[in-house]
Amino acid sequence: MTTEAKDKPKKVYGRPESLKDVGFHFCPGCNHGNVHKMVAEAIDEFGVREKTIGVAGVGCGVFLYNYIDIDVLEAPHGRACAEATGVSRVHPDHVVFTYQGDGDLAAIGIAETIHAANRGEHITVLFVNNTVYGMTGGQMAPTTLLGQKTTTSPYGREFMGEGYPIKMAEMLATLEGTAFVARVACNTPKNIMAAKRAIKKAFKMQIDKMGFTFVEILSACPTNWGMDAVTANKRVEEEMIPYFPLGILKERTTADYL
Amino acid sequence: MMKGAEAIAEGAIHAGCRFYFGYPITPQNDIPEYLSRELPKVGGTFLQAESEVASINMLLGASAAGARVMTSSSGPGISLKQEGISYLAGSELPGVIAYVSRIGPGLGGIAATQGDYKQVTAGGGHGDYYTIALAPSSVQEMFSLTKLAFDLSDKYRNPAIVLADAILGQMKEPVEIGERPALEDIEMPEKPWALTGAEGRDAQLVKSLFLGDGEMEVQNWKLYDKYEKLKKEDTYYEELQLEDARLMIVSFGSCSRMVLSGIEMARAEGLKVGLLRPISIYPFPEEAVRKASEAINKVLVIEMNTGQMVKDVKVSVDRAADVHFYGRPGGGLPTPDDILAEIKKVY
Repeated sequence: MTTEAKDKPKKVYGRPESLKDVGFHFCPGCNHGNVHKMVAEAIDEFGVREKTIGVAGVGCGVFLYNYIDIDVLEAPHGRACAEATGVSRVHPDHVVFTYQGDGDLAAIGIAETIHAANRGEHITVLFVNNTVYGMTGGQMAPTTLLGQKTTTSPYGREFMGEGYPIKMAEMLATLEGTAFVARVACNTPKNIMAAKRAIKKAFKMQIDKMGFTFVEILSACPTNWGMDAVTANKRVEEEMIPYFPLGILKERTTADYL
Repeated sequence: MMKGAEAIAEGAIHAGCRFYFGYPITPQNDIPEYLSRELPKVGGTFLQAESEVASINMLLGASAAGARVMTSSSGPGISLKQEGISYLAGSELPGVIAYVSRIGPGLGGIAATQGDYKQVTAGGGHGDYYTIALAPSSVQEMFSLTKLAFDLSDKYRNPAIVLADAILGQMKEPVEIGERPALEDIEMPEKPWALTGAEGRDAQLVKSLFLGDGEMEVQNWKLYDKYEKLKKEDTYYEELQLEDARLMIVSFGSCSRMVLSGIEMARAEGLKVGLLRPISIYPFPEEAVRKASEAINKVLVIEMNTGQMVKDVKVSVDRAADVHFYGRPGGGLPTPDDILAEIKKVY
C-alpha cells in the first residue's frame, strides 16, 4: 500500500452518481427529493444505472427524468403499472420501476396497480403517499385522512359519502403475486434509513426475479397541507403513521412461481 | 382460406410483431384468440389485460421499449383506448390498433357498420393529432394492410389503425401469405430513440408533456409536418372502371365490395359507373378524388353509416362536382339492388 493511498481520506458520503447535478424544484419540506436520492443510491449500489428504466406517473413526481440519470418513460395518469408491464415484458432483464403518487396510483390507477401486482410483474412500484393531489393544488385523494381539509373537502373528509382512506400496502399484500410490500416514512432520520433499506430490498428482490415489489412512502406536502416543514413532519408522525402503520407487510423468501 | 380477423393476426406476426396486449370484446375476439395460440410459438408475448385502458398503455410501454406491438378492439373498447392513442401520438410512438367495428353509439350491436370512420379519421382522442388509418376490403388486405400499418407506424412514429368490420372479420377468403419469416429476416427500422437502458449513451426520455413557453406549439407543428409528409408519400386508393365513367362511386371497406356488384349490374345495363376506393382513410386520397371529379362530375358516396366519409369527399372534389350520398347505418347493408337503384337515381 502506498503512502498516498493510506493518507487519502475515505469517502463515506456523496451525491449518488445516478442523481443529476441539478437543484430540485420541489417545495421546501417536500419528501420527493429524499425519495429521488434514495432511488438513485439504490441504482448506484446495485450498479444497474445502464439497465434501469423508470416510469414516471402524473403528479409532482413526473419530473423524475429531470433528476435521475436513467431512461424514463412518462405514463398517462394512473397507468404507470401498465406501461411498466409493457417495458418489462420487452426487457425482462432490466430493472423497471414506477414512481407514483396517491391520486395516480390509488384512484385513477388502482386497477392497473392491482392487476400488475396480481400478475407478479417483475417491477418495483414506489408509491409516494402524501394524502393529497399535490400538483393539481391539494385536492382530496383516496388516502386523505378522515377529517382532513383539502381544496375539495373543505369541511374535512367524512366517511359518509367520501369513504375511508385506502390502505394500499395492506390491500396489495393480500395478493399472491406480490413478493415484497412495505410502508415507510421520511419524517425522521431513523425512518429515512428504514425507507432506504426498503427501497433497496425492493430493487434487490426484483433483480432476483422474486415478483412484484411495492414500497409505500409516507411523505409530507407542507404546501398543500398549509404547514411549515417541521409541523408537516409532526403530522406524518401523529396523524399518518397511526392510520398507515410502518413496517414490512410481506416478504417472500422464494419466488412466487417456484 | 382464412378468416379476416385471423389474417390481421397473421399479418402482425409476419410484420415482426411479438407483443400483443388486449381485452375481449365482440366482434374481434378471433384476433386475441388466434394470437394467444400463435404468439408463444414464435417466442412472442400475449397478455390479456384487465381493461382496454390497461392494454393500450401496455402497448405504449412495449413500444417505448422498442418493440413492434399490437392491440385490437371494437367501438366501446376503442373509445377507452383513445387516452393511450393520444399519448402515443403525443409521445411519437408507433403501435398498431386493429379495429373491428360494432354499431354504436353506446353498447349498440355487433353487426357490420362503418359508423366509426369519423372517430378513426379525426384523431379520436384529445389534442391536435391524427392516426394513420387503413381500411381493407378483403381478407388479403386484412393481411397486407396490417403489415403496412406496422411499417407506416414505425416510419412516422405515430399510431396506426386498421379499420374493419364484422363482415371482414368473419368472412373467409383465399389468401396468399407465404411462409412465416423468421424475426431476424423481417425488415424493421432501427429505433435509436427507444428506452433500452442508458448503456453507453446518454439517458433518454419518452414523454408528451411540454410545459415550456412555446414548446407545445413547436411540437404541434412538428406533428403537422409529419402528417403532411404522410399525405404526400403514403396515401393509398384504388380506381376501378373510371376511364369511361359518367358516375364515380366513392366507397371503402366491406361496403365497396357490395358496390362492385352494383356497378357490375349497372354496366350490364350500359351505365358507365366506376369506383374510387380509399384504402388509406387517413390520409384521405383528397388529390385523387379531386382529379377524378374534374372529369367525372357526378359523384355518389356510399357508406354503411349516416354520412361520414361524404364530408371528406365534399371538401376534396372539384367545385363543379355534384356529390350524392346513400347510406345504411345501424347494421343495414346496401344490397346490389339498392345500389343499382341509387345509381339510376343520380346517373
